[in-house]
Amino acid sequence: MVQERIKEANKEVVKKILSAQPTLLAIGKAEEVIPKMGKKTILHAGPPIKWENMSGPLRGAVIGGLIYEGLASNEKEAINLAKSGEIKFDPCHHHSTVGPMAGVVTASMPVWIVKNTTFDNYAYCTLNEGLGKVLRYGAFSEEVIERLNWMENTLAPVLKDALKLSGPIDLKTMITQILQMGDEGHNRNKAGTSLLIRELAPYITMTEYSKDIKSEVFKFINSNDHFFLNLSMPACKCTLDPAAGIKYSTLVYTMARNGTEFGIRVSGLGDRWFTAPAEVIDGLYFPGYTMEDANPDIGDSVIAETTGIGGFAMAAAPAIVQFVGGTPKDALNYSTSMYEITEAENNTYKIPTLNFRGNPTGIDIQKVVETGILPIINTGIAHKDPGIGQVGAGLVRPPMKCFEDALEAFVNMLEKEGLLDQ
Amino acid sequence: MSKINELFNDELKIINMGLESFHKDLKSQNVKVIHMNWRPLAGGNKKMASLLSRLK
Repeated sequence: MVQERIKEANKEVVKKILSAQPTLLAIGKAEEVIPKMGKKTILHAGPPIKWENMSGPLRGAVIGGLIYEGLASNEKEAINLAKSGEIKFDPCHHHSTVGPMAGVVTASMPVWIVKNTTFDNYAYCTLNEGLGKVLRYGAFSEEVIERLNWMENTLAPVLKDALKLSGPIDLKTMITQILQMGDEGHNRNKAGTSLLIRELAPYITMTEYSKDIKSEVFKFINSNDHFFLNLSMPACKCTLDPAAGIKYSTLVYTMARNGTEFGIRVSGLGDRWFTAPAEVIDGLYFPGYTMEDANPDIGDSVIAETTGIGGFAMAAAPAIVQFVGGTPKDALNYSTSMYEITEAENNTYKIPTLNFRGNPTGIDIQKVVETGILPIINTGIAHKDPGIGQVGAGLVRPPMKCFEDALEAFVNMLEKEGLLDQ
Repeated sequence: MSKINELFNDELKIINMGLESFHKDLKSQNVKVIHMNWRPLAGGNKKMASLLSRLK
């Protein structure tokens, strides 16, 4: 009996995920468009966390964010302010937002505005800064702040005007295409970035800015293969948000990490986070760095896997193994094994190397606990100390405890409602 | 001849469940064997297995 209720609820969640229509609308200023965002609010990746428990890269990004906002003039002042209790720290996920790695979003940052036109809900994400010494990996040196200022004052206005001219851009179709072009939409975004440039180029050239500025913008986007990541992420976020709160569903609608803990949320269990210590990533390190330098898993970008792209679609992106380690055969096996823990196959996102089988979609906590197979995640590796940045990329899985605790809470909930046999 | 000896005179058709080393040992002796990717329910965690069974 109870299994029937669960099946119906999970079917409803899958229907919502598959019918989503993520669409890029515009660029706005965080404090003007993100719900409940204030001058002294700092959003971060993952489940809730206090300053004293934050890992190095998250602290570094907070320090950088406070300097960028002019709320502090140096590292020491920023740390004192962060400790003072004046700053409100809140997960991006509580504000219809997602952020890669540290995921720090502050009031003045420009953000992509993405809408799920099927359910009229929005998602927001900052613009991608590139690799290496960048805020999202916890770096906050002068060059990092200068780049953020350039993004606010040059990159965002140009793209904003271009989007006004182009009108909405269908991200669902774009993600479908990138999976046919060797991307998986999390750690490989070469095709996505290329398609975005192709889509925007005619309109960027029509804006009123000088040739030099337009050229700078094109060069910046072209220099960063991950530029599309900050669009695939809000596309996934607005796809999954309507799937929250479906009574009796055992499907996961959020996975996220703050660099200290990994957290999941389950549709039938409301807003409650189930957390456990984040794992260290197994991967390939940049020259001069080793696993000793790595911070545990961090970032909201695992929203990709929660939707069924990223690590779940690794079979579509065999070349990614050169970045995260392993072989193309491993990539095939990772994707194939994800069908064991998911409820459905995507009707739009498909994997060519699996005979265009739909991506594994809708992670079921019952199946994860039953099989012992944990979701596979492609991710970047941040240095454990603030101020350094990215040191590699690799593969990681969530802690099993998140799924076990969620399962226990789910059974307890049904028990309280008198729906289980004694 | 007992039934069990008849069995050993036939070509063996082996499916290995559980420890993969059994599969590897047989393979190294050129015995045809298929290893089944199998684990006990919830990895043998009794509490989790019991929670799962309550939902069936």
